[in-house]
Amino acid sequence: MKVLEVPTTLDYRSLDRLLEVVTGAHDERVLLDARRLRWVDPVGMIGLLSAGRFLVGETGHIPVLRPPESPEVSGYLSRMGFFDRAKDGFELVSPPPRRSAGASDVLLELSTISENHDVHDVVERVQERAGHILSRTLRYPPSAVVQFSVILSEVCQNILEHAEAPGWVAAQSYNWTKRLGRHVLILAVGDTGRGFRSSLGGEHSGRFGGRWSDSTALEAAFLHGLTRFPDQGRGQGIQQMRRQVRRWNGVISVRSGTARIADVPDWEDLPPLEEDLPAFPGAQITILLPERSQESE
Amino acid sequence: MTAPDDRREAEPQLDAFSVDVRDLLERSVANLYSHLVTRPTGRAVRLAIEAQLRELSPPALSLVDLSSVAILDYSCADEVVAKLLLSGIGAAGAAEAGSQVGVGRGSGGPVPGPGAVFFIFQGLRVHHREPILEVLNRHELAAVVRSAGAQEPFQLLGVRNSLEDEAWSLVESRGRIPGSQVSEIFSDRDQRNTVDGLVRRGLLFRHPVEGDLHALSNLARRFE
Repeated sequence: MKVLEVPTTLDYRSLDRLLEVVTGAHDERVLLDARRLRWVDPVGMIGLLSAGRFLVGETGHIPVLRPPESPEVSGYLSRMGFFDRAKDGFELVSPPPRRSAGASDVLLELSTISENHDVHDVVERVQERAGHILSRTLRYPPSAVVQFSVILSEVCQNILEHAEAPGWVAAQSYNWTKRLGRHVLILAVGDTGRGFRSSLGGEHSGRFGGRWSDSTALEAAFLHGLTRFPDQGRGQGIQQMRRQVRRWNGVISVRSGTARIADVPDWEDLPPLEEDLPAFPGAQITILLPERSQESE
Repeated sequence: MTAPDDRREAEPQLDAFSVDVRDLLERSVANLYSHLVTRPTGRAVRLAIEAQLRELSPPALSLVDLSSVAILDYSCADEVVAKLLLSGIGAAGAAEAGSQVGVGRGSGGPVPGPGAVFFIFQGLRVHHREPILEVLNRHELAAVVRSAGAQEPFQLLGVRNSLEDEAWSLVESRGRIPGSQVSEIFSDRDQRNTVDGLVRRGLLFRHPVEGDLHALSNLARRFE
């Protein structure tokens, strides 16, 4: 069995390190060793689940997951519903900690999106907690919960309409005291489906000729609203998400294949376009929404 | 209510069809859903509205009520507003060919084809406007809308030019302009072309016999 070590930090900035680790596996069964994991956010959790599904496809074996030693990290993963989802894609070395029955501070637990009603479920479920976090923690106006729900709906629909494979969504808010001095809400969506290049290829690759790639496909969808559907009404989802995230001074990034494209405000230093990343199937969408600053109120 | 004999010809015979989208959402998609989100949901609601419209004699007026919809995403707005409007584009031809306007109430009559239906989207909340405006712009459409609240005015939302705005507002303010006065009020050619365009886009109704111009709000008020 091949042992692959999960990085100690697994978040939206370090996801590629995990993907780089797992894309090296081929035939042999893999043990993903997460014992030293110290920090994980929704992007990292969905990355781990995606890695598990990827490894099944690559190696033909269900990978083994060794959970984090840190009780805080394991407990957090448990509260986020990670182990419930991981049961389907991993063999767990040890039984996961039980989820506490009390009230949870989680905004949106890891949820599988495979059908239309899954989108309805997450939109319904998130209402009360999103309203609380958006208004009290992020200090957004009361109407923000509707706009956030629309974003959530559109980002989940991206899985259904383009991935042709199930995906996951999760959201949580964090206090980025050191990095930003403010709270930030992280919304992550990921799948291991077709990816943008394949989804759009049939309709648009001809016009790009030899330039058609993961990055040109992302630019086509992200910047120009192109979609594989000939219907003029399609392709609005990402454009509207971008617009709303920009209004909230947030980050939105889409990683697919070997590329990542992003709208980045001045408080974040992600590059607007990255290429030659480790090739990974599907798409990973990350949205960061910062607490409103005093000046903007 | 019966119109006086001398006005009977000028009054389109209407049959009102008011759709509470939330009600339709619960009945046609799932009674657990309370939000108008996802394209399949929007499509199901649109198809349910179209099925009700099929029971009417064309031309028809449909009052689509969004007041009890909390969340409307872009995909649903595209289905329930833009695609529904596209099914009614060219309303003038069908309306002017017939002698009556059926305002959909969901019973009786042949199938109205494309171009046979006029729409008013009412009960709009603040957060409905952006997705609706976006899909209207994307399809280069305009719609007659009314915000939630009994006293809210009817408005034109979406793609239109200043001449269309002026002409529509004039008819809207009067409710009805008798056919005999239309060429006097819209005296130049551009204005008359503009009115023709508004009728073709289903934003005004022209009585097929009398030539009277009706604001859609004027037709809808009879059923309030």
